[in-house]
Parts: sequence; C-alpha cells; structure tokens
Amino acid sequence: MGKTKKAEKKKSISYAKWGYIFIIPFFVVYVIFTLYPQMLTIYNSFFEYYRDGLNVIGPNFVGLGNYAKLFSPNTAGYIPIIRFTLNTGILWIIGAVPQFVVAMLLALFFTSTRLNIKGQQFFKTVIYMPNLIMASAFAMLFFALFSQVGPINQLLISTGAIDKAINFLAIKISVRSLIALMNFLMWFGNTTILLMAGIQGIDESLFESARLDGSSSTQVFFHITMPLLMPIFIYVFITSMIGGIQMFDVPQVLTNGKGTPDNTSMTLIMYLNQFLGISKNYGMAGAVSVLLFIITAILSTFVFRTIAGNKK
Amino acid sequence: MKNNINTIAKLKLLISRLIVYTVLIFLSFLCLFFFYLMFINSSRSNAQLQAGFTMIPGGNALKNFINAWNDSSISIPVGMKNSFIVACLSAILTSYFSALTAYGTYVYNFRFKKLIHLFILAIMMIPSQVSAVGFIQLAFKYHLTNKLWMLIIPSIAAPSVYFYMRQYLEATLPLEMVEAARIDGSNEFKIFNQIVLPIMKPAIAVQMIFSFVGSWNNYFMPALLLNDAQKKTVPVMIATLRSADYSKFDMGKVYMLMVMAILPVMVIYMILSKSIIKGVTSGSVKG
Repeated sequence: MGKTKKAEKKKSISYAKWGYIFIIPFFVVYVIFTLYPQMLTIYNSFFEYYRDGLNVIGPNFVGLGNYAKLFSPNTAGYIPIIRFTLNTGILWIIGAVPQFVVAMLLALFFTSTRLNIKGQQFFKTVIYMPNLIMASAFAMLFFALFSQVGPINQLLISTGAIDKAINFLAIKISVRSLIALMNFLMWFGNTTILLMAGIQGIDESLFESARLDGSSSTQVFFHITMPLLMPIFIYVFITSMIGGIQMFDVPQVLTNGKGTPDNTSMTLIMYLNQFLGISKNYGMAGAVSVLLFIITAILSTFVFRTIAGNKK
Repeated sequence: MKNNINTIAKLKLLISRLIVYTVLIFLSFLCLFFFYLMFINSSRSNAQLQAGFTMIPGGNALKNFINAWNDSSISIPVGMKNSFIVACLSAILTSYFSALTAYGTYVYNFRFKKLIHLFILAIMMIPSQVSAVGFIQLAFKYHLTNKLWMLIIPSIAAPSVYFYMRQYLEATLPLEMVEAARIDGSNEFKIFNQIVLPIMKPAIAVQMIFSFVGSWNNYFMPALLLNDAQKKTVPVMIATLRSADYSKFDMGKVYMLMVMAILPVMVIYMILSKSIIKGVTSGSVKG
C-alpha cells in the first residue's frame, strides 16, 4: 500500500504542469473579466467620478465621501440606500415566505408514501416551467396584462367586480404584490424540487420506525424530517436570499426602471443600474457595489460552510 | 369496530388526497394561466384586444407574427440571431472550460491544488453585478461596448459550473482510466478530449442547457453594454417595449414579440424537461 502510494506520487509530480495548464484559461478569463473589474469597482468607490452632460468630473479622490453621500438623506427626506435595501428585503420576503411554505408542503406531498401522488412528473414539469422564462419578458407580460387597458382590468370590469379600471402600477401594495407573485411563480417549483431531493436523502428506515412507534405525521415532520432537512433547507434559503438581493429584471421592467410609485419598488440593483446609466457615476455605483458585496459575503459564509461541511 | 376505524382511515386519506390534488391543480393553473393569456392574446388583433377579455384564440396569429417579424423599431430577427450567437457560444465555452478546469484540479497533483479549489468555491457566491461597474468602465474606456464577445468570453470562468463538473468527476471518473490511457501513450490533452469528455457528456449536456437558458434570458449586463440596435439581444429589446409609449402599439404584435422571446426556451424545455428537472438537484449540495 505504502509503496504504491509513493509510486503514484512520483508519477503525479511529473504531470503537475498539466494541472496548471488546464486551469490557466479559467484564471486568465477570471482575472481579466471579473477580478480586475471587481478591484476597479472597489477602487472607484473612493473617487468622485461621473459624467455631467459632456463633461467628465474626476476621478478625484474623496476617501469615504461616496459612502457618506450614500448614507445621507436626499431632498425628499429619506436615505435612498436604506429605503432601497428595505424595499429589496420586503419584496424578497413577501415572495419568499409563500414560496417556502408552499414548496415545503409540496415536497412533503410528493414524498409521502401514504398519499402516493400520481402524475408527479407532470406537476413538477409545470411548476418548474416559470423558472426558465425570461424574467424581463415575464415582467413585460405582467405589465401588459395588468395595465389599465389590459385583460385583467377588462375581466374585472366585465364581471362587475369593479366599475373603473385600476391602475395597478400606481399603487404601492399592488406593485409589490405583483413583483412578489412573479418571484413566487418563478421560484417555488425550483425550491420544491430541491427540498424534495433533501427529503428523499433522509434514511427511509427512520420514517418506518417512527410510524411503527405510532408517531403522528406532524410529530414525524417536526422531530425527524425538519431537523434532518435543516442543512439543505438553510442552503436553499440563503441562496434564495442572495438571489433576492440581486433582484432586478422583474421590478426594472415592470416599473420601467422607476420603482413606482414613489421609489417604493426600487431595489438595490435598480439603484446601481441608475448610476451606470447616462451619468456613468462610477464612484457612487462603486460604493453601492461594495455594500452589495459585503452583504452577500456575509450570507455566503453560511452557504460555504454547508458546501465545505458536505465534502466527503 | 375495526372495520369502522378502517373506513374512517380510508375516508381521511381520500379527503387529504382530494385537498392535495386541488392544491396541485390550482398551482399548476396559476403557473400556466398567464402564459396561456399571452398565447391567446398573441393571436388576437389590436381591435379584438381592445374589445375585451376572452380565453378563446383570435385567428390573427400569422398576421401578428408577420408584423412582429418585420417591425421597424424592434428588429426581433436580429435580436434572436444575436441571442442565439451569445447563448450557444457561452453554453459551449462554459461547459468545456469548466470541465477542463475541474479535470485539472481533480486529476493532477500540484502545490496549490487545494487552495485553488477552495478559492473557486469561495468566489462562487459573489454576484456578477459587483464586477459590473469596473466591467462597464473598461468597456467604455477601450471601446468594447456593442461587442457580443464581451458577453461570451467571460463565461469561460464560471465557478458554479466548475463546482458541478468537479462533483461529477469525483463521482464518475476512475483515475485508473487516466493511468491506463497514459500507458497507451496518449498525451494529456488527448486523454481529456477523447476519453474524459465522452464520460462527462451527461454533465456537459445539463450545463449547456442551463447556460443557454441563463444567457438567453440575461438582461442586466447586455442592457448596459449594448445600445446599437444591430447588436441588442432579445431581453434588451423586450425591455425597450416597456419604455416606449405602449398605448400607441398594436398590442397583438407586442404579445407576439413576447411569445417569440420565450418560445425557444419553452421548446427546449418541452423536449428536455425530464433531464432539466433532474439537473436542478444534481448541481446543489447533496444531503
């Protein structure tokens, strides 16, 4: 055993350079297209650097000036970054809570031997479908369907539920609900499939013995399924959160980048996107990006732990 | 007495099944309803659409299609061509180079092997938007906006695809096979291309599908990078529909444009739904 190991080591040393050769393309591209731009982003965040009409202002070093600016109130009397972070959080939560509740229920339905659900493949295919749909087209579709002259208003008027068309995009609750509904539809199928795989990974004999002991299905859920599913549940939950922070396409297209009404559906990335528009405000955009990076870095350590902890 | 308990248990099961199926059918309905409306509306004329709500197809589909295809402000054929170029090439590059990188850190022993593997895992969760500021700045500085390859080449370095490929290799590739091929005198590139790649076919297929879909749907970066009408991809065009004054639009055409944006992915999904759904779980952590 010891001898073969030694022999293997000797052999692999002579091939070491191939290891480097094979990973070179990945790292060259990573450094040029991701790492260097990331460094530049952080660097920018310490400079005043934007476009004003045809003039380029800066780059002038301002230290933490951009961050101070980011956290100071605007003319409307609120701190934009705080409001937009809260918006992003709220939009994520009102979509994610039903998403996880429904996905958990469906995962339990599908894996229940007692219920023995037929047509699982069909249901899974249908509920996963919205996940693959172009989010910007999906948002445009919702805009068309829910616009003042759209079919939803027509339907409500013709059934007599309302007598005047509702401008769904001008009401805070309805805009937020529409965004949450779209996110829910796009993600609950995906979550269901992931949680289902998690439940199927639990040792079947544990359920058997619990059933023989006469435990009710609620007891089984809280004492066996949930504790054993926890690592996967946390992984799926945090990745969903990281996805939520990056929420952009749906609110951007639905509200035409304006976060109507009164910036209540403006997300962090939409805010970042504004700085990258005509003004090309690399300084402020850099500061927003750094903030974004810090939030995801904190959340990612949890995910990283789950992955690293699962290594054989 | 026992019979009674049995009947009650059966009745209970029947009721819970009834509830479960109702929930499933309701959710399926919800998932399909909006897309059904989109397809229906794409077959109706603008006048029909103004007239009121219906669930029955119009019969104007072909005309809407021709109008959408020949629209002067949004040239969807150009957009679809651009999107196809970006999505296909990204799919090929991302799966090939991720497999190559995964093979590199899995089969060979070199000093920083472990560190490199951990590094790639660590950067996996960094949102792509964090590099956007620098990326856009460089693109404008070096006049690289409106270049499609700026959206294609970065896909060579895809940490999450690497992670998937690495897991697949760990599970399927016996190292003795590589040894045997070496004894036969194959060089390292040949071993990877002719022996390892065929073994990885299922993993590559899954990642190519997901990558194709991902870049077909990608909106954030292309919107910042592409402003030339001849270079825009489909999502960027769809978003410009929203910013235009929609009340002047032929809505039948607008719905048709959305159908065209979504259809390629829908067709892929209809053919490959089984393996796509399988692929959803295999890439994440295993319990």
